[in-house]
Amino acid sequence: MGGWRRELDRFTRDRAATLGLILLLLLVVAAVFAPILSPFPGDVATFHTANRLRPPDAVNWLGTDRMGSDLLSRILFGARITITIAFVAVGSAVVIGVPIGLVAGYYGGWPSNLLMRVSDIFLAVPQIVLAIAIAQTLGPSIENVILALSITYWPFWARLVFAETRSVKNEIFIESAIALGASPLRVMTMHVLPNIASSIIVRTSIGMGATILTAAALGFLGLGAPPPTPEWGRMIAESREFLPEAWWYATAPGIAIFMVVMGFNLLGDGLRDFLDPRIRRGARGK
Amino acid sequence: MTALLAVEDLSLGFATEAGFASILDGASLSIDRGQVLGLVGESGCGKTTLARAILGVLPAETARITAGRVLFDGTDLLTADPAMVNRTVRGRAITFVPQDPFTSFNPIFTVGDQIMEILKWKSPRADQPPGRDWLPAVATRYPADRRRADFDAVLELLDAVQLPRPAQLLRKYPHELSGGQRQRLMIAMALLPGPDLVIADEPTTALDVTIQAQILGLIRRLASERHVAVLLTTHDLGAAYEICDAVNVMYAGQDVESAPVDRFFAAPAHPYTTKLLASLPDASGNARGIPGEVPVLLAPPRGCRFHPRCERADRSCRETRPPVEQLGGGSRPAGPLRRARCVRPARRRDQGGRWGVVRPDAGRSLRPGR
Amino acid sequence: MSFDLMPGEVFGLVGESGCGKSTLGKTIMGINQPTAGEIRFEGQQIDRLSPAARRAVRRSLQYAYQDPGASLDPRWKIGSSLREPLMIHTELDATARDQRIRSILEAVGLPDTHLELYPHEISGGQQRRVGLARILTLHPKVVILDEPTSGLDVSVQATVLALFRDLRERFALTYMLISHDLAVVRTMCSRVAVMYLGRIVETGPTEEIFERPRHPYTRSLLAAIPKIGGARVTRNFWLQGEPPDPANLPSGCRFRTRCPKATDLCAKEDPAPRPLSQALVACHFPD
Repeated sequence: MGGWRRELDRFTRDRAATLGLILLLLLVVAAVFAPILSPFPGDVATFHTANRLRPPDAVNWLGTDRMGSDLLSRILFGARITITIAFVAVGSAVVIGVPIGLVAGYYGGWPSNLLMRVSDIFLAVPQIVLAIAIAQTLGPSIENVILALSITYWPFWARLVFAETRSVKNEIFIESAIALGASPLRVMTMHVLPNIASSIIVRTSIGMGATILTAAALGFLGLGAPPPTPEWGRMIAESREFLPEAWWYATAPGIAIFMVVMGFNLLGDGLRDFLDPRIRRGARGK
Repeated sequence: MTALLAVEDLSLGFATEAGFASILDGASLSIDRGQVLGLVGESGCGKTTLARAILGVLPAETARITAGRVLFDGTDLLTADPAMVNRTVRGRAITFVPQDPFTSFNPIFTVGDQIMEILKWKSPRADQPPGRDWLPAVATRYPADRRRADFDAVLELLDAVQLPRPAQLLRKYPHELSGGQRQRLMIAMALLPGPDLVIADEPTTALDVTIQAQILGLIRRLASERHVAVLLTTHDLGAAYEICDAVNVMYAGQDVESAPVDRFFAAPAHPYTTKLLASLPDASGNARGIPGEVPVLLAPPRGCRFHPRCERADRSCRETRPPVEQLGGGSRPAGPLRRARCVRPARRRDQGGRWGVVRPDAGRSLRPGR
Repeated sequence: MSFDLMPGEVFGLVGESGCGKSTLGKTIMGINQPTAGEIRFEGQQIDRLSPAARRAVRRSLQYAYQDPGASLDPRWKIGSSLREPLMIHTELDATARDQRIRSILEAVGLPDTHLELYPHEISGGQQRRVGLARILTLHPKVVILDEPTSGLDVSVQATVLALFRDLRERFALTYMLISHDLAVVRTMCSRVAVMYLGRIVETGPTEEIFERPRHPYTRSLLAAIPKIGGARVTRNFWLQGEPPDPANLPSGCRFRTRCPKATDLCAKEDPAPRPLSQALVACHFPD
């Protein structure tokens, strides 16, 4: 269906959103093709201390770190970690939060109150503090970072979906589906969910950006994976003692984080504009 | 005698994403002092747009007036000084009763506050010095004696529209009143500035039938008591029959027929009007719809816009808009005549008297004279 | 309030806003719960059923919204919307479903190509037909029509009503028509009930109600309708004021605050419906 082309055209009219999309595509390409794109793929694990702290030059485009590893390669491999954390943490938050919000919004009454108060409890916990606690008890690792993030993040989706479900529930087509005999499960999954999907998508995109920032902060604090994992936040932490002379050491991962978070935010904003007016116009216009 | 309001060949449209929508095409009407004119048409015919054009409240960015004049008491409102029009005409000489009284009120202020606010500016007792429009609203004084006189006028008018306990009512909020009460209030507010013309846009569409009967009766009575002209837009032919002196029919932005009310209902001339009256269910339950659909105004039909749905249409109908044709004159002395924009209007002779008879069970039917 | 709906008839429920007619429709459908009394459908009591049993009833008892087009999920293709009732209620296979849908589409006068379109891609009038088609896929016995012509232009009303009549014949339906528009009720219904503030004040055959109204409220309703070609009704319309607040109902007969015939008896005793000629009238002093 030629609809795809038309929609893509319409999307690309929003320059900022397109930029966001490009940035994210770069991230994905970097992660997927890291072994091919990196000039020194082995540098993730091996050290060449003779090369340590080289500024950017023809061989090492972004310079080297304190172990002599090529920064560019480490950053490319680090993209995998970034993507993993973002998608798994946010993915779990969505998978937990959306159904809770749906059920709470659809049924109302005391079950909904209960669910929303539980989500309030989790919301009240600061992410970083919880992450530190988990890292202390269970040891620092990427999995624990993801755990801490998703436990504290799912309430955002629960609230969003709760509010949207409550308002969509009053629409006539929902009432009519119920009148036709559709079971609550059917109504929730096949009618309510598709109609609130756009808000969820937008929130998810922006949430990814926020998660990456938090993950980088946690990595900076040393709570993420142990060295030599090329996690971007950790790389910035390592660079601290060598600043300001080895400026490239902090700049490279810093810019990488910046670009990715920016990409998610721009995409999220663009998606919001792209999805909503069209739906509203489509549903009512001719 | 010049008409109080004369719209002459007004054409305008809106610029939309999809193109230019030609909403009005050469629409004309005229109202005399104290006359109640019904502007009848179905949804999309442009009657609300015409009312807004007269008031001068069309959306400025998208509306484009391409031709025509709106003469109020001899002055063309479209070309007159906007500040002067704003001060003396809008909300003063011409007032408006909207279709939905609820959304016309600000929900967070009491009804009394809102009425007095209007009177601060538009009271007939207010002086209207030109050149002070630039003063911010809060800086304008509301002299106490004028305020008292205005307040008394409000109470008197609320009484005239049959609202019980007016002083108490003014202290209420809009959501505390019923639809009928709000509409009565809007009528009172429309009459407070002492206008010459009140434009009522579908004032009873949202109301129940018994309340509608009350409100229509009220409008008619107040209009004749105060010698105020009324332009009533409606799609309800029954309402037009009840209180209008004359009726103008619009279709897709063109005016197609105008006639004094009794003659209009007894013997419609234009094919659209005929079909419109035939589509009202009569006593035996028969009602004929009009085949086809209202044209999309982005690409309206040329000539007479009704021609795609008209069985009498011929080439000239499709090319040029028919001129105004006066009917039923002949040897009779001049008086309000029926006018129709049709190349082939129904004439009494042609139809063998079929339309010359008042159908006692036409309209929202019951036998008359009970 | 009480009334019976006979098979094959078109029963009209008239009243002004706030009289409860829409609430009645929704209560029958199970969207609202009654506080007293019972509702029987085909001999079976349906007002206190479990959700599963209720779903089975819904197959035969359907509800058409004021704008049936609004009952379509804007994100679903029309074909899917039409298929949904069959998937929920029947065991038909894909071919049988498809057949049924196509025949229904044809019955409402729409082409097969519409199955692949979204609601926003067709006109409002066509959306309305699709909405009706969806209800009819289950071949229900009774359809409650809630204000089917409200907000429509007069010329469109005639077409819509013709469609309803046609469908009724084709599918042997029984209608309960809820409307505030007396003209529509008069052309469509064989029997009419007039409601005021939650009570039925008069019931009877259509002609009887319209020609010989007996309850003062019914008379006022009929007196309020403009009669083109006849005398102007608004000049001497006698009903004053508005219906009282339903939270604060008058004692005895609910209409007594506006009734020209009200006496002490009316304030003390709420009149029960009594047969009078072919009608049932709830008034102490019917005409």
